[in-house]
Amino acid sequence: MADPELYPADIHHEHASLAVTERPLARAALMALAFGFLAIFLLLPLVVVFEQAFSRGIGAFFEAINEHDTLAAIRLTLLVAVISVPLNLVFGVAAAWAIAKFEFKGKAFLITLIDLPFSVSPVISGLVYVLLFGTASLLGPWLKLHGIVILFAVPGIVLATVFVTFPFVARELIPLMQEQGTGDEEAALSLGANGWQTFWHVTLPNIKWGLLYGVLLCNARAMGEFGAVSVVSGHIRGLTNTMPLHVEILYNEYNAVGAFAVASVLAGLALVTLVLKTLLELRYGAEIAATRGH
Amino acid sequence: MEVRVSNVRKEFDRFPALRDVSLDIRSGELIALLGPSGSGKTTLLRLIAGLERPTRGTIFFGDEDASNRTIQERNVGFVFQHYALFRHMTVADNIGFGLKVRPSAKRPTKAEIRRRASELLDLVQLSGLEKRYPAQLSGGQRQRVALARAMAIEPKVLLLDEPFGALDAQVRRELRRWLREIHDATGHTTIFVTHDQEEALELADRVVVMSQGRIEQIGTADEVYDTPNSPFVYGFIGESSSLPVKVEDGQVWISDRPIGLTAPELPDGEATLYFRPHDIELLDECNGCIAGTVAASRRVAGTRRVELEIGGGRERIEIELPVGHPAAQKSRVAFRPKRWKVFPKPVEG
Amino acid sequence: MTTAPAKAGWRFRQPSVIPGFGLTLGFSLAYLTLIILIPLSGLVWRSASLGWSDFFAIATDRRTVKALEISFGTAFIAAAINVVFGTIVAWVLVRYRFPGRRVIDAMVDLPFALPTAVAGIALTTLYSPKGWMGALLAPLGIKVAYTPLGIVIALVFIGLPFVVRTVQPIIEEIDKEVEEAAATLGANRFQTIFLVLFPGLAPAVVTGFALAFARGVGEYGSVIFIAGNLPYVSEIAPLLIVIRLEEYDYAAATAIATIMLALSFLMLLVINLIQSRTRKRYG
Ligand SMILES: Nc1ncnc2c1ncn2[C@@H]1O[C@H](COP(=O)(O)OP(=O)(O)OP(=O)(O)O)[C@@H](O)[C@H]1O
Ligand SMILES: [Mg+2]
Repeated sequence: MADPELYPADIHHEHASLAVTERPLARAALMALAFGFLAIFLLLPLVVVFEQAFSRGIGAFFEAINEHDTLAAIRLTLLVAVISVPLNLVFGVAAAWAIAKFEFKGKAFLITLIDLPFSVSPVISGLVYVLLFGTASLLGPWLKLHGIVILFAVPGIVLATVFVTFPFVARELIPLMQEQGTGDEEAALSLGANGWQTFWHVTLPNIKWGLLYGVLLCNARAMGEFGAVSVVSGHIRGLTNTMPLHVEILYNEYNAVGAFAVASVLAGLALVTLVLKTLLELRYGAEIAATRGH
Repeated sequence: MEVRVSNVRKEFDRFPALRDVSLDIRSGELIALLGPSGSGKTTLLRLIAGLERPTRGTIFFGDEDASNRTIQERNVGFVFQHYALFRHMTVADNIGFGLKVRPSAKRPTKAEIRRRASELLDLVQLSGLEKRYPAQLSGGQRQRVALARAMAIEPKVLLLDEPFGALDAQVRRELRRWLREIHDATGHTTIFVTHDQEEALELADRVVVMSQGRIEQIGTADEVYDTPNSPFVYGFIGESSSLPVKVEDGQVWISDRPIGLTAPELPDGEATLYFRPHDIELLDECNGCIAGTVAASRRVAGTRRVELEIGGGRERIEIELPVGHPAAQKSRVAFRPKRWKVFPKPVEG
Repeated sequence: MTTAPAKAGWRFRQPSVIPGFGLTLGFSLAYLTLIILIPLSGLVWRSASLGWSDFFAIATDRRTVKALEISFGTAFIAAAINVVFGTIVAWVLVRYRFPGRRVIDAMVDLPFALPTAVAGIALTTLYSPKGWMGALLAPLGIKVAYTPLGIVIALVFIGLPFVVRTVQPIIEEIDKEVEEAAATLGANRFQTIFLVLFPGLAPAVVTGFALAFARGVGEYGSVIFIAGNLPYVSEIAPLLIVIRLEEYDYAAATAIATIMLALSFLMLLVINLIQSRTRKRYG
């Protein structure tokens, strides 16, 4: 589906039947509406980010980036992604294996639970950890006694990020592996491979592009998450500020160039993600599960 | 309504799907378009319906150039191969759709539409299924709903693209007879596409045989079967055997012997002889005949097929004999086709 | 596959030769419980321990009610706008060929990929009175930034891909012959689209609407910059949760979060019901 060349040829054929297309005027009007809408709502915001970032010249841009707190925010964002993406990757593969390769009771319910974080407001995703680990919680006093700091520190940020990016890899792999069935694995096992060898040499090559796709989306969200992280971070400059949070602080301090400079780095990341995602869809459309989005 | 297709050519991306097709269809006629896959049958049907525009040529409805009319105005009933029923509408709504979308001046009342729908359902023998959705019908029932829907607009021409293509053999045969009855009852000019020759020959007033975007022959079932006018039609309709021959002075020769057939109108040179395997007479002595050694013989239903090697074992042909005919036991058989045709070898290039 | 006759009665899983079921399911369940279920049930437990009267007091607090109204109201309007334009965008992307189509198609996912805070400050700059769009609209007397209209704009941005990506595959699947059938029966293009095609698209459109709406209700990052955050006017529910948290009013934060969750789930439930019903009928 991802590859437009695979669409049924006749619908899009130059000689598409007279019955299935609009009059030229209606066509033009619809295209104008669509392009206008996309230009105003998607293109303009993107352009503004870069325009503002470089509004004082390239020097000001690099000055803004090359600032102590900004660099700390970049490091923290990378650290958070490096921890939370692999965690969800392992979970996604394990969950997809259990769900796609076996038949068991309550499977549909389990899939619903995995999707749960998508329907929870990011703020609530952060809130639940505040309620769990905060001073007023059951665990709070115990944590304090043992000197374990979770909230307003890196562990809390990682937890909140793991929460919001939880479904990405799993929901990409589950439909893909369900479609592929168990035939390949059964063949490998019958040839004497053990479970681990079967996964490594048979299953993994089958799902690698879908896996990469899921990781890509997971990573984009992990680096860009704002609401959940904002609730648990405590906003300590240079310590618990991720890039999106740093954008907020700079913006609220009326440091537009600084805010947009950091924002443009994030926007660049988003563009890279989109390009990679599109390339993956074009080249390996069939090997990526049909689910797109989120 | 007469339909006249005049010198029509249709190209898709320069690829000619139809090359210079002309066809006159009389009012009330039931016509079959018959041909192998890709021969342009559907394309011709869609051009008549107005779903495509010809690259060259004209289609006339009566005396009027149909290209002046939009699809909506042509008033053709089109039955698609996969029925194309509207899934979210009941059977009754499907059938009434064509009436419902008429401009308000010509639109019947709701009650009238409902009445017409149930009349048509009676006609296609589906009374009582008004409230069903297409998903709740069998293939044969969907086919009938599609036909009823097309007939609801009182079309001038009824076009059916492989109407029975997706059904099993039993249902096909039933619907075939039933379509003929409906056609005789309503008198619509009807064109249907098929690649099942039995269907075409049995059902149609005239059969249009198509190949590679051209019309090979137009004629009644008897005409296209008994007097095929091209090697293609000979090979495509019914069974045929063919042999390379030579024509000299109006005589047909196989290697160095005349075989007792004359083709005075043909020029001298290489040619091919076509005949039906069953349409032969056996000869006792060979005085101008085709003779061959029996290579194989097998029983096919009520007859025996005998494979003969002609002329030093290079050419093999089949003839058909009654079961138990003594000739089948012999090692050498001589025969002459009763009905046959010789086509000159097409010039290379 | 084992050939032993299937034992009658309840069985947790079908037998299989493939190894690793216990390990992968066990790990998945443990991880799911630790990361998602325990924290979420903590929220529910906290809110249950509030007591009915406290909960009721918070829930009917005027500022809470107003914030919920604003969140759900703006999300509804934005989702409605996205249904119209998202369907048009999906239609144009599927049906028309034009240079740069692939790029535009890819661009539709931008709101998924762009961090919400970035979108937030970009939209605010764009629609502030001195911004490109703001300056354009100011003479017409339309103020976007720091008003509820700004919230709608941000939520339109956030929700667009949900509608496009649910409707697009359904448009791709439309059987061309169905449209042709409608045309030969005399329907004009308008009638074909509204009587024949839209009913088929409706379930996807409703799903897209629901996804965009649900996302809009919970959205925080892109909204707080442009909204102005005036209590009773442009303060959204997620922001009120944050404010209550900063005031260490955990009770209020918990109650508002619970109401939001309950309303969202209720809505998704209804939508699922509608969908399964249409699916059953039309097959
Ligand atoms: N929209 C189109 N674009 C390009 N080529 C087409 C199109 N429609 C038909 N063709 C080509 O035109 C030729 C004739 O097609 P057509 O569908 O008329 O054949 P047909 O006789 O109906 O075959 P079948 O029995 O398989 O249905 C084919 O080679 C086909 O590939
Ligand atoms: Mg065809």
